[in-house]
Amino acid sequence: MKLLALQRRMAQAVMTPLTPSERMRNVSPRGRSMRAEAASFIKPNDRLTSFERLEIYNRQYWFRIFSALAEDFPGLRAVLGDRSFDALSKAYLCDCPSTSFTLRNLGGKLEGWLRKHPRYGGTRQKLAIDMVRLEWADIEAFDGASVPALKTEDLAGANPATLRLRLQPYVQLLDLRYPVDDLLLAVKGKNKDDEDFASNAFNEKHRRKRVAAVARLKPADIFLVVHRVDTWVYFRRVEREEFTILSALRAGKTLGRSIDAAFRGSSIPVEERAQNVAQWFHNWAALGWFCLSEK
Amino acid sequence: MPANRFNNFTDYGIGIGLRATHYDHILTRKPVVDWFEIISENFMVDGGRPLEILDRILEQYRVVQHGVSMYFGSADKIDREHLRRLKTLVKRTKTPWVSDHLCWGSVDGRYTHDLLPMPYTFEAAKVTAQKVREVRDFLEVPVVVENVSSYAEFHVSEMTEWEFLNEVVERADCGILLDVNNIYVSSQNHSFDPQRYVDSIPAERVAQMHIAGHSKYRKYILDTHDHPVIDPVWKLYDRAIQRIGHTATLLEWDDSIPSFNEVHDEALKANKFLASSALATAV
Ligand SMILES: [Fe+2]
Repeated sequence: MKLLALQRRMAQAVMTPLTPSERMRNVSPRGRSMRAEAASFIKPNDRLTSFERLEIYNRQYWFRIFSALAEDFPGLRAVLGDRSFDALSKAYLCDCPSTSFTLRNLGGKLEGWLRKHPRYGGTRQKLAIDMVRLEWADIEAFDGASVPALKTEDLAGANPATLRLRLQPYVQLLDLRYPVDDLLLAVKGKNKDDEDFASNAFNEKHRRKRVAAVARLKPADIFLVVHRVDTWVYFRRVEREEFTILSALRAGKTLGRSIDAAFRGSSIPVEERAQNVAQWFHNWAALGWFCLSEK
Repeated sequence: MPANRFNNFTDYGIGIGLRATHYDHILTRKPVVDWFEIISENFMVDGGRPLEILDRILEQYRVVQHGVSMYFGSADKIDREHLRRLKTLVKRTKTPWVSDHLCWGSVDGRYTHDLLPMPYTFEAAKVTAQKVREVRDFLEVPVVVENVSSYAEFHVSEMTEWEFLNEVVERADCGILLDVNNIYVSSQNHSFDPQRYVDSIPAERVAQMHIAGHSKYRKYILDTHDHPVIDPVWKLYDRAIQRIGHTATLLEWDDSIPSFNEVHDEALKANKFLASSALATAV
């Protein structure tokens, strides 16, 4: 058997989902007996059959990618509960196996996949989607690129009608319907008031109650920036108008157009707007979110 | 022997793997460590904390890059994006050599994230060696290949694992990262004499060694890197050092990681064997 053919057959077997009791299946994806399939390319030894030797790799594969996904999406796990999360993981990883050299990217297609397969989110689909987006943004913000931040003197004499500001690549903008930011911090044990939430001692019932309470909330607009300070990721809620400006800047609009877009239909009184804008830019610049656009 | 063209004529001593659980200890206590091995993939990112930590480590320590996903033995073409990112990191760390495994793990662009065993065929040796050359030419640093532990063998194999390793490194003209724990694990799983494996290695090509612990099950041994090194593995290490001479040695501990000092102390046990080999050479 040629190298490529052998690797295709072995990979197909290794990536075949396990049985509910986490063993290798008896039937291969092509409908062949897995015993016969294993025996056709793997030698048995005095202790293990070909099937058992192949099974070691089959189990290792699934344990590894399951734990990688669970590690990246603890919030989604809390939203769905263990059983539904496991079912989702299995279905997602079958449809979207890793196509990257790094496991970091394993969850990169989860949002799109979940939108196409709403039954895995069940009655909490919208909350689940918000949580997936937040957890993926968290990953992107953690190790995304940063470029030298803009200094105030870079802006001297700039014309807002033509000036294009660029956001740091690591800055992530999310428009959400549920307060998943608070929920995720609680799941990770990072909220002062919620230190017990993530601990094992914390009653599972209370944990479920907390998630259920969030799920019952009436969806409302929440605008969130996921960013970094001193290499740690933070969530910062912003006003709708702030979010619109930041989104427009990210889309490559000029400063002038971005600000115009933000106040179309805004309830902020006209006389307060200039002061607001000044304050927002002051905050964003202090956080180092801007760099000059190459365009 | 130790310093050779495969480790860029360096003479590194005993190192340990750089792991996130030890970052605080290392950065605040600044322990004396000869060198750290990093998993390249953990730092092949665009920015943020991983690179910030790495830069702080690089200010004080020597770092060698060890990869887990180049898959020299995959029939797939090499992922150019992977190579580009790896080269960016090589420039950052100034690693004297780059290692990865003699295995495969992806096919048709799908990754298993495992170190899957090679069929020991001449075709596979040729494909693998060609890829090692390609990677080395692109990175412009010596590339060394590491023997993996395995739990399965293929009917199509035409030679032993050590013959295959020799075939690949001769064809690629590359160095070896000899993992004596992997030799031991595979010898138990495939019933061969581990000493024979060690004795057949071209000593002049060994750039670095790995030692590690593993988990024993009833019918096989898993290479889990979550225990101290066992005596038979130290014995094998001793044997290898006697043949090869003082060689850069690294202890791998990746799971249930104990305190920094515990890991470092375990690694430093290798000194005993390195010293006796130095004595033997002197005599
Ligand atoms: Fe190793």
